[in-house]
Formats: sequence, structure tokens, C-alpha cells
Amino acid sequence: MKAKSAVGKEGANFKISRKGRYKLIWMRYKRNKLAMLGLIVLAAMLLAILTAPLYLDYNRAITQNISAAFTGPGQDGYLFGTDQFGRDLLARVIYGGRISLGAGLATVAISFVGGVILGGVSGYFGGKIDNIIMRICDMLMAIPGTMLAMAIVAALGAGLDKLLISLAIVTIPGNARTVRAAIMNLRNAEFIEAARCYGTRNARIIFVHLLPNILGPLIVTTFMSLGTIILCIASMGYLGIGVQAPTPEWGSIISENQSNIRYFPYLGTIPGLFIMISVLSLSFIGDGLRDALDPKMKN
Amino acid sequence: MLKYTIKRVLMLIPTIIGITLFIYLIMSLVPGDPAELLSPPEATAAEVQALRVEMGLDKPILVQYLNYMWDILHGDFGVSWFTQQPVADEILHRMPYTLTLGVYSTIIASLISIPLGTLTAVKHNTWIDYVLTFLCLVFAAMPNFWLGIILQINLSLNTGWLPAYGMGTPAHYVLPVIAVCASSVANNIRSTRTWVLDVIRSDYVRTARAKGASEFVVIMKHALRNALLPIITGFGSSFAGVLGGSVVIETVFAIPGISTYLTSAVKTRDMPIIMGSILVISVFVGVVNLLVDLMYSVIDPRVKYE
Repeated sequence: MKAKSAVGKEGANFKISRKGRYKLIWMRYKRNKLAMLGLIVLAAMLLAILTAPLYLDYNRAITQNISAAFTGPGQDGYLFGTDQFGRDLLARVIYGGRISLGAGLATVAISFVGGVILGGVSGYFGGKIDNIIMRICDMLMAIPGTMLAMAIVAALGAGLDKLLISLAIVTIPGNARTVRAAIMNLRNAEFIEAARCYGTRNARIIFVHLLPNILGPLIVTTFMSLGTIILCIASMGYLGIGVQAPTPEWGSIISENQSNIRYFPYLGTIPGLFIMISVLSLSFIGDGLRDALDPKMKN
Repeated sequence: MLKYTIKRVLMLIPTIIGITLFIYLIMSLVPGDPAELLSPPEATAAEVQALRVEMGLDKPILVQYLNYMWDILHGDFGVSWFTQQPVADEILHRMPYTLTLGVYSTIIASLISIPLGTLTAVKHNTWIDYVLTFLCLVFAAMPNFWLGIILQINLSLNTGWLPAYGMGTPAHYVLPVIAVCASSVANNIRSTRTWVLDVIRSDYVRTARAKGASEFVVIMKHALRNALLPIITGFGSSFAGVLGGSVVIETVFAIPGISTYLTSAVKTRDMPIIMGSILVISVFVGVVNLLVDLMYSVIDPRVKYE
């Protein structure tokens, strides 16, 4: 907004100062060792998962090869060993991560957009529309998330896309509330009033003036919720709801091996550790981001 | 107080109507109907239609919904599409297991996490704080079914110390309760720590110390008492979390509760069971939140209800 009212030269200055701000945030973030560790681990994990087709054949994850069943980790070229059907556990975990992490990221993206739109409208306009949106959110939040997601999947039918829709419906209300609360705090700020005096359209005020100011806390809550969503996807995979066999998913890998984990512990340890480490990294990153974006909040 | 309670109980009604209507509407958007699903493959179109009429599926969705709610008001939750068993009976049989698991877990979670959370706040920035906080992060990141399986293998199958599956004796509850409450203990320790830290830095705690009160009195009487309100609010929402967590844990330990009922119904898309279970669960979550709200005035006499 400052940039808009300023003439060309000052506009350029504003750009530099914005760059400086990101640099400052990054410097503060870098100081937090756990947050850096989380970022590196998660980035490595995402890279391994995204480039999987380049170095790992998907067939190794789904083709049964009974003669190689229960090969221990590190033997016969199977880094993580094989399961009861002789399928390569490394391939299953890596390709499973595409569902677990990928679906998690997609859900977060959908619920971020949905939460911003609903919460933004609700907080900015207030009144009747706010009341309606918030009552619907209250209603959806009255049921444990996993159960609601299960009920929606049951109504819609199985499949990855339906899983995404159900998880988005479960997570949007929480995001909408965060956005709404933040916007209500700012709604009557002087710079918003100034923008209104200019005759700026409502959509522009929401997206250009209000949103950038609440982006910090919003990103932090989004990162924090990603961990919960990954756990939720794993739980549903474990119960066999959502993604269908033989497509691997971290939770379903654990459930299909459950009866063998006692004798071949690696079958449970490895996929479980993947879930735990990714969620743990996300909470380190979330903590680091929160402190970096708002040093006042640190305790 | 009584007026407030009645008002809150009445507010549960629109929530329940909303949730059930919501699931009913989504169901109607999906192609294919249960009459086709339930008819044998060789059934003629007329037979399918007859079944449809028998199940009341030929009526508009809103009429179906109103009929369903009317039956609910009379204590009739309908019958399972597949087994024809009355849903209400089954829920009545299964509810005690899920509720005991939920109540035990919530109580034990509070008993562990309030003292430990206070401890981490008092020992702020010492090794006790770091170790406990790190453990909390690890346990919060652990999938609860994974923890359940690890406990089951190590404390039950390999050692025979505790029963591995089913329900019956109090010993059957030990492992499921640990698995269900681990993550809420972890989260509650962290939030208790934040709230107590907040209070410890306040002026009246400094005053209490200045007048020479012992550290124990300062923490128990001045700090914890004032931090308790937000902490208790957190436990109310953790009951919902615990019920949600029990969804998987009941499957891991083969507990015949509501959640296993719901899980198997989701796989077969047995709608009467899903609707009934969700309805009962949301009523319980609502009641627990109400009880938490009412506890405010006991903990903090400044809170008054209109």
C-alpha cells in the first residue's frame, strides 16, 4: 500500500526493504538449529519422493515376488528389506510418501485457500454472513476430525480425490476461524480505513491490504496443521479407508504388515519412523517460523 | 446457571441437525443407491425398485431425512443395511467401551500433564525442560496406532504382562489408554507450560514471592490456580481428540466399541450405522464441552453465567 501511494523512486526503495525483511526472517530462522534440521530433513525427504521415478521402479513396490519374502534390510540389494509378498519396502515407503506427504500438502493447500476465502469474507463483512459461516464451522468442528473425515469418505466413496475433499472439509473450519480472528483485529485499522476512503473495492482490500498483514501467523498455523493432517491420513490408511490396495501409503504399509511386525520389526519400524520424522520436522519448522516471523512470541 | 445450562443443551440440537443433514446431502450427491447395492446381481429392475420403495428411498432426500430424524426422536436409529440389526441396540452395547476408554484417557492425561507441564514451566530453560519438551514433540509426532502396536508387541505378545486384545478386565484398558492419551499428554504438557509461564511472569506472582511466600505456595496457589482456566479448556477439546484417537486404537486392540463399529460400516457404506455413530459421538463431545464450561465457575468464581 505504501508502494502504491509512493512515486517511482520510493517504490524501488520499498522493494529493497521488503527483500531486507525476508533476509531478516531467514537470518532469524537460521539461528534455530532444530528448525534448520527439520527443514533439511523434510527437503531431503521431499526430494527423494519427488524424484523417485528417476531411480526407483514403481513395479518394485507392487509386484509380488514370494521367493524374496522377508529379506532383511540391507540384504540382496533391498535397503529396507522386503515384506511378506517380497515387495521392496524401500520402494513402498518412497512411493507411499507420494500419497502421504503429497496428499497432506494438497489438503493444506486446499484448506489454506478455503480458509482464507471463508474466513476473509466472514471477518471482513461480519453480520449475517459471518454468523452463517461461523455456525457451519462450529458444527463441523463439533465432531472429532478423523470420524468426520471417515463419514464423508463413506458418503463419497473410496479414492484419493475423495480423501482430499473429506480432509479439506475437516480442516477448513479451523483455518477460517484463524483468518477471521486475525482480520477482525485489523478490520478497523487506520490503513484499511484509508484504503476505503480511496474507494478501493472490497476484494482488493481483503487480498492486497489485509491478507499480507496476517500471512505470518497463517503460515505458521498451516505448517502446524500439516503434521496433524499427515497423521490423519496415516490413520485412515491404517484403517484401510481412502487409498485402495495395492497402492502403498505409510499407514497402510503398517497395517498390512501388522501380523509380521513381531517377528520382522523393520516392517513396522521403518514406515512408522518415516511418519514420525516427517511430522517432527514439520513441528520444528513451524516453531522456527513462528519465532522468526514474530520474535515477540518467543518464550 | 440453570438457564445457561438449558440454553447450551438446546444449542446442541442445531449442531446435530446440521451434521446429520450435511452427511445426508453428501450421500445424495453420489451416484448409485443402496437399493442397487443390496440387491443380488440377478435382481430385475422391478425388484430393485420394490426394495427402493421398501427402504423409503423413492422419496425426495429431504423427506427421507425428516423420516430419519422423526425415527431418531423415537429412539429408533434404523437397521443396518447389511445385517438388518437395529443400530440403537448395537450402539448401546458398544458405547460403554468407547466412553470408558475416553474418560480414563482424559483423566489420566490430566493427572500426568498438569504436574509435568507446571514442572517444565518452573524449571524453564533447564535440562528437565529441554528433555520433557523434546519427548513431548516426539510423542506428539508418533502415529498413535504405531505406538499401540509397539506397546502390544513388547508389553503383551513378547512378555505376556498384559492382555493384547479385547476388553473385559481392567488390565485390558492399560495399553489402549496409554496409546490413546500419549499424544494428548504431549500436547497438554506443552500448553500447560505456556500458560503457567505466562502467569509466573506476572506481577502478582512477583508480589507473592516478595512477601516471602514459599515457592510451593507461590506455584500451587498463585500461579497454577490462575493458569487452570485455559488449561481446563484445553482438556475439554482433548476429549474430542481422544475420541478421535480411539478410532484407530480400538481397531489395533480389537475393542468392540463405537469406533470399530463405525470403521467397518465406513468400508461397507452402511449409512444408518455411520449416521447413528456420528450422532451419538457428537452428542457426547457436546456434553463434555458443556461440563467443561460449567466447571469454569467452580475453578474461577469471577466467571458468571447469564
